[in-house]
Amino acid sequence: MEQLLAMNGDQAIAYAWKQIDPDVVAAYPITPQTIIVEAFSDYVADGQVSTEYVCAESEHSALSLCIGAAAAGARTATATASAGLAYMWEMLYIASSMRLPIVMAVANRALSGPINIHCDHDDSMGGRDAGWIQVYGENAQEAYDNSVMAFRIAEHMDVRLPMMTCLDGFITSHSLENMSLLPDDVVKKFVGEFKAIRPLLDIHNPTSYGPFDAPEFYFEHKFGQIKAMDKVIPVMREVQADFAKISGRSYDIVEPYYVDDADYVVVAAGSTAGTLRAVVDELRADGKKVGSVKMRLFRPFPAGEIAKVLEGKKAVAVMDRAISIGAAGPSFPEVRSALFDVSQRPKVVNYVYGLGGRDVGVDDVKVVFSQLMKGESKVVNYLGVRQ
Amino acid sequence: MGDADKKYDEYPLGGMITEKGSARRYKTGDWRSRKPEVDKEKCIDCLFCWVFCPDNSVIVENEKMKGFRYSHCKGCGICATECPKKAITLKEEGA
Repeated sequence: MEQLLAMNGDQAIAYAWKQIDPDVVAAYPITPQTIIVEAFSDYVADGQVSTEYVCAESEHSALSLCIGAAAAGARTATATASAGLAYMWEMLYIASSMRLPIVMAVANRALSGPINIHCDHDDSMGGRDAGWIQVYGENAQEAYDNSVMAFRIAEHMDVRLPMMTCLDGFITSHSLENMSLLPDDVVKKFVGEFKAIRPLLDIHNPTSYGPFDAPEFYFEHKFGQIKAMDKVIPVMREVQADFAKISGRSYDIVEPYYVDDADYVVVAAGSTAGTLRAVVDELRADGKKVGSVKMRLFRPFPAGEIAKVLEGKKAVAVMDRAISIGAAGPSFPEVRSALFDVSQRPKVVNYVYGLGGRDVGVDDVKVVFSQLMKGESKVVNYLGVRQ
Repeated sequence: MGDADKKYDEYPLGGMITEKGSARRYKTGDWRSRKPEVDKEKCIDCLFCWVFCPDNSVIVENEKMKGFRYSHCKGCGICATECPKKAITLKEEGA
């Protein structure tokens, strides 16, 4: 039977991990770490999981430990945020190139400086090129559901890539929400046993992991990662369909809301996607032909899905809670590029918003829709900044 | 170098090495841009080159210097520098 509880996003992820009982969890338990590993370490101390929990001396070491454990044949998970993720940078590429399906929860927070611990997506967006799958959850429920699905997606034999399950720092990570939790045995059965490929601990089949890769081979190994990433969308669809059967909750790669007959559409990832739907409801009540799209998956980038949903619209605003200084928000050029080849190409603009945890509510999002409908948007807009 | 003729999906996942002792087949000599050659007229078989070579690339038989094993020689030139009789010279590869 499903259990209803009040939990914040961090506790929800820790609870999912408790049910999955990974072999190894390694983390650096200090700021900018989240409640995820704190709550999970309670489960370890209380004997509710059999996980080997390692307190590392840094985030770099935490991910290194996960890499070693995953290569040894263990199901591994870790969590981080902001500067902690930045400190893992080198190891992000090592994990993905070694094709280790590590699951990492990222509570999205500003990548200081100026020093700030609040929500934006600069941390994980900066890691978009590191060969990790990235899914962005809207609320605590989705953070929990993504955590359960992530192990299946990352560990799928066609994929074998590490995966970040992102949730909005504080907004989702620290806010209490009503949650529906699945029974332990259902989660365990859904996730299944971890299948190792050439584990280091198999002494009968000795294996070297992570050797120097000369120019004669490096490109082929990178191409292997590229091709594996191409498999993620069909695998994720399959896992989401299976998950709907056990939970009754259906997810898609990109989730359109009142888009079919809409002229104006706003796209966002994370908690803002929920705000968008609230605004769409209000504007629809006024007879405005508007819609919104929640972008759940950012890596691999679902260009085909985006093009299908947004083709033929009059105008599209892409909201980015992150900035590539000197260019634009990181998802804007990708959405725009996805629409370049469609026959009925909409006007596509960018709204950078909410940096460093600046609250963006219903009224702010209404400004985006209003400017979009009146054709007043610039190409790149900075929502609510004093200029 | 061996094995650089396969397609991306014919290699073990993630660049792992699944064959024991395969480093033996990795011939680092192809890094070399200059190649040492010995003039046996000048050589006195002092074996300084053999002592100093960091890659064990000097062939010695019956205490005589017999030339170079090029499979791992990187052309660093220590042998030529240390040779007291200037019997070793470095030639450009492919010249």
